[in-house]
Amino acid sequence: MVIEIKELTKKFNGELAVDRLSLTIEQGEFFALLGENGAGKTTTIKMLSCLLAPTSGDALMLGDSIVENPLAVKKKMNLSPQETAIARNLSVKENLEFIAKIYGSSKQETKQKTEELIRKFGLEDYAGKKAKNLSGGWQRRLSIAMAMISEPEIIFLDEPTVGLDVRARIDLWKILLQLKGDITIILTTHYLEEVEALADRIGIMQAGRLRALGTLEDLQERTGLEKLQDIFIQLTEEEEGP
Amino acid sequence: MKALAFAGRNRKEILRDPLTLLLGVVMPVAMLWLFSSLEGIMPLDLFTIEKLTPGMIVFSFSFITLFSGMLLGRDKTTSFLMRIFASPMKASEYLIGYAIPLLPVALFQVLVCYGAGVLLGFPVDIHALTGFGVLLIISLLYIGSGLALGTYFTDRQVGGIFAIFVNITTWLSGIWFSPSMIGGAFEQAANLLPFVHAVDAARAAFTGGFTQLLEPLLWVIGYTIVIFGLAIVGFRKKMKGSK
Ligand SMILES: Nc1ncnc2c1ncn2[C@@H]1O[C@H](COP(=O)(O)OP(=O)(O)OP(=O)(O)O)[C@@H](O)[C@H]1O
Ligand SMILES: [Mg+2]
Repeated sequence: MVIEIKELTKKFNGELAVDRLSLTIEQGEFFALLGENGAGKTTTIKMLSCLLAPTSGDALMLGDSIVENPLAVKKKMNLSPQETAIARNLSVKENLEFIAKIYGSSKQETKQKTEELIRKFGLEDYAGKKAKNLSGGWQRRLSIAMAMISEPEIIFLDEPTVGLDVRARIDLWKILLQLKGDITIILTTHYLEEVEALADRIGIMQAGRLRALGTLEDLQERTGLEKLQDIFIQLTEEEEGP
Repeated sequence: MKALAFAGRNRKEILRDPLTLLLGVVMPVAMLWLFSSLEGIMPLDLFTIEKLTPGMIVFSFSFITLFSGMLLGRDKTTSFLMRIFASPMKASEYLIGYAIPLLPVALFQVLVCYGAGVLLGFPVDIHALTGFGVLLIISLLYIGSGLALGTYFTDRQVGGIFAIFVNITTWLSGIWFSPSMIGGAFEQAANLLPFVHAVDAARAAFTGGFTQLLEPLLWVIGYTIVIFGLAIVGFRKKMKGSK
């Protein structure tokens, strides 16, 4: 397995944001992490990408511990944060080149990967423009492309499709479907049709805990419901019991 | 390598926001001209161009504190820093990457202010080279201060704190008048802070007064080490996400 999460816990000032999360994700899996606002999705992703030290517990990413060996973990993964994160005064091309370089790409590789991603994300017309002059959706596309340029083995996408127009969203789905199977993708989103279209397995978090886990079929069977939206509502409505 | 790539990004980010840069050059030059023309008119015992020029260059470095503090503070608030924290760079590489592009900015300020000083009658001699060298060391104090501010505060807070900082570097640095003129607690405070020593060191370097150079320079270097230390500690904490 690629990701092995063991009793991962995060408290902020005594309040539990993530509560003893245990979970394994397989090589090449497309995993959707769902949950209401404040359920702990972003906090989980931040811990797994070594941006936030867990209060307790650990996770092995391709065999390396996020607590013991964050540098080794960081080399193998990348993320697209929930908020668009770009260098404002750099052009689209420079943003991409910059990320490639800090992940250790050579000049040659950097150039080639940058061109490839600009093409993939349809950024050709904007390549020379300063990132701050792009519309929100185009900045978003750039922000996602920046997560892919290091060719990570594991990628975290925290609500990537927020603010994207219909076409951009479908284009992103296509890109993700191409990557599926090769790299391990962990996606959070509030658009459930996205999950139905893309995810191999679904985890639903509530108040920091993993409430349900399985394929769409598993969850359908468990609840007797057809649509993910109904399944989600039912599972997150259940009383918080021990 | 990675630090250099990051430095490149920061250089572009600073140079493409030319307003701040302009402020850091135009304002000191204008003040230099203003104060040198006040000399003789004012009843106060103001300094001559020989003393004003090195002092004004040191003053111009205050803006470097603003640049670096704002840049780092903004990266923090826009979650850009978070994104690059996820990359395999080390704390030292980040700080080097932030600091390096500011050295040429400092050198530019030194040369422009020196040029303006020369036009206003500042004597040209070989000691200028020592002066430039010492000034670059001094600039590290101001770069480090900006990084420390940016590490602990947001860009907005840095803006507010800078207003206080620039007042301190203006009045407690002995650029326009010697703190001993006022004496008392004012003089003591000035002597405990590094700014007056920075100005003293710069003046000594430009006159070739090497015996007077060492002590103030040690003050500056000592403060620089402590401030960079603070920045590194804060930065490491930020990287681990323990907000
Ligand atoms: N830096 C922080 N300091 C204090 N509390 C925090 C911090 N970050 C997150 N929290 C808290 O942790 C909980 C989980 O937040 P998190 O951002 O992980 O939720 P989320 O599932 O990503 O929600 P959303 O769908 O709104 O993005 C929330 O209650 C939040 O208030
Ligand atoms: Mg979130």
